Amino acid sequence: MIKVENLVKKFGEVTAVDTVSFDVAAGEIFAFLGPNGAGKTTTIKMLTTLLRPTSGSIEIDGLDPAKQSNEARKRFGIVFQDPSLDQELTAEENMDLHGVLYHVPRKERHERTEMLLNLFELWDRRKDYVKTFSGGMKRRLEIARGFLHTPRILFLDEPTLGLDPQSRNQLWTHVKNLNETEGVTVFLTTHYMDEAERVAERIAVIDHGKIIAQGSPDELKQQTETDSLEAAFLSLTGSTIRDEKAGAADQIREMAKMWRK
Amino acid sequence: MNAIYILWLRELKRYSRSRAMIVASLGQPLLYLLVLGFGLGPVFQKAGNGSYLQFVAPGVIGMSVLFTSVFSGIGLLWDRQFGFLKETLVAPVPRITVMIGKTLGGATVATIQGLLVLVICLIAGFRPVNWLTLPLALVFMIMTAIVFAGLGVAIGSKLQDIQGMQLIMNFVVLPIYFLSGALFPLTGLPTVLNFLTRIDPLSYGVDGLRSVLIGTSQFAPELSLAVLAGVALIFIALGGYSFSKIEI
Repeated sequence: MIKVENLVKKFGEVTAVDTVSFDVAAGEIFAFLGPNGAGKTTTIKMLTTLLRPTSGSIEIDGLDPAKQSNEARKRFGIVFQDPSLDQELTAEENMDLHGVLYHVPRKERHERTEMLLNLFELWDRRKDYVKTFSGGMKRRLEIARGFLHTPRILFLDEPTLGLDPQSRNQLWTHVKNLNETEGVTVFLTTHYMDEAERVAERIAVIDHGKIIAQGSPDELKQQTETDSLEAAFLSLTGSTIRDEKAGAADQIREMAKMWRK
Repeated sequence: MNAIYILWLRELKRYSRSRAMIVASLGQPLLYLLVLGFGLGPVFQKAGNGSYLQFVAPGVIGMSVLFTSVFSGIGLLWDRQFGFLKETLVAPVPRITVMIGKTLGGATVATIQGLLVLVICLIAGFRPVNWLTLPLALVFMIMTAIVFAGLGVAIGSKLQDIQGMQLIMNFVVLPIYFLSGALFPLTGLPTVLNFLTRIDPLSYGVDGLRSVLIGTSQFAPELSLAVLAGVALIFIALGGYSFSKIEI
């Protein structure tokens, strides 16, 4: 479903993603695990047409996202690391706007909106403005929205960042559930080991833009001769702390926090 | 088509829901209209130019259309800030439709704002020479709004953070306003100023409004309309191009 070969992304002198290759099979849940600044988000941006790769090839359901952007975009849904809802609209209006942008016919749009908002326990709040929602509710709404156009692939970029254990648990239950019922392929990034171990069938550990290990959680433990995924992760990536350079995006994140209640 | 419509509708919903903002944004035109209109009135009268309130009202309408449309385009920066921009960038629609939806939405909002200011002008004592030409005033408002909403989107696609806003305000929006002849007649000006007023698209918007509202103008209304249409095309092309280049 996703096929990546020798993918490279350079920002000036810095190589953010360095000859990365991997395959994700249809219906699989695949996790990208790595410390901050490892290149997870950059990879997702290239897979989802937001960034052009410097070199290498990508196939999304057989399509090249750089050349057949619109066709590729129809095939996936994405939940970004930062919120991407319109706070001044209601939950229902956000769903509707998404449905129209993704050419979902009206009848189907309404049916799926009802089904998904019910599933994510937001149906009762559908007429409320998103700005009145808690962090967990916004995340649920974003994921529900990502499923609206019945994508074949769902990208989740650190979807549980800043959520409490209850919300995280519930979120993964729903995602796994939809993965089984709708057969959607899930590509997620996270730096929570327990999550990766619990949800993902296969994991790629990425650090400094390179994939340093790939396999099922058990295989990773075997490779590193450790007994937990966390130990395997630390043995692969070392224990130095990564400080990311703060860029415009971080400033915006800070600013946005001031405005969000 | 549906994508343009839903994004246009979004701008309108956001506008109609921010009642406090609507009232606040009427404050500035009101000041210009009343303080300048009545303050400079006697001097203007003595110079033999008639009523300044009559003269400045179309300028103040042009001003609100300019400010509202540019800032609704720059509102792209807020979409970036609050993340909604990404949702439209990964949507399976050509980016140009997203840009056009945004531009038309901003232009509609700016036109409504212009109409509100026109009503205020009428309350303040402004009288158009011919009530039948009022619909033509609407045409000039719409054209002006499209021009500057397009410019706003072009700028908004390039802006990365809030600090840039002040720069745009002081070096783009205010010069466009002050050089447009909104506040003074475009006759007998020094050469440089004369040149600057003639390359300012807002000059043609305000002049067009004057020609239909108070019956005096510097340029032929047809010329003004043609200039506005041409500039609108250029700015939409520019906005469309810079919007299509956004990477986040």
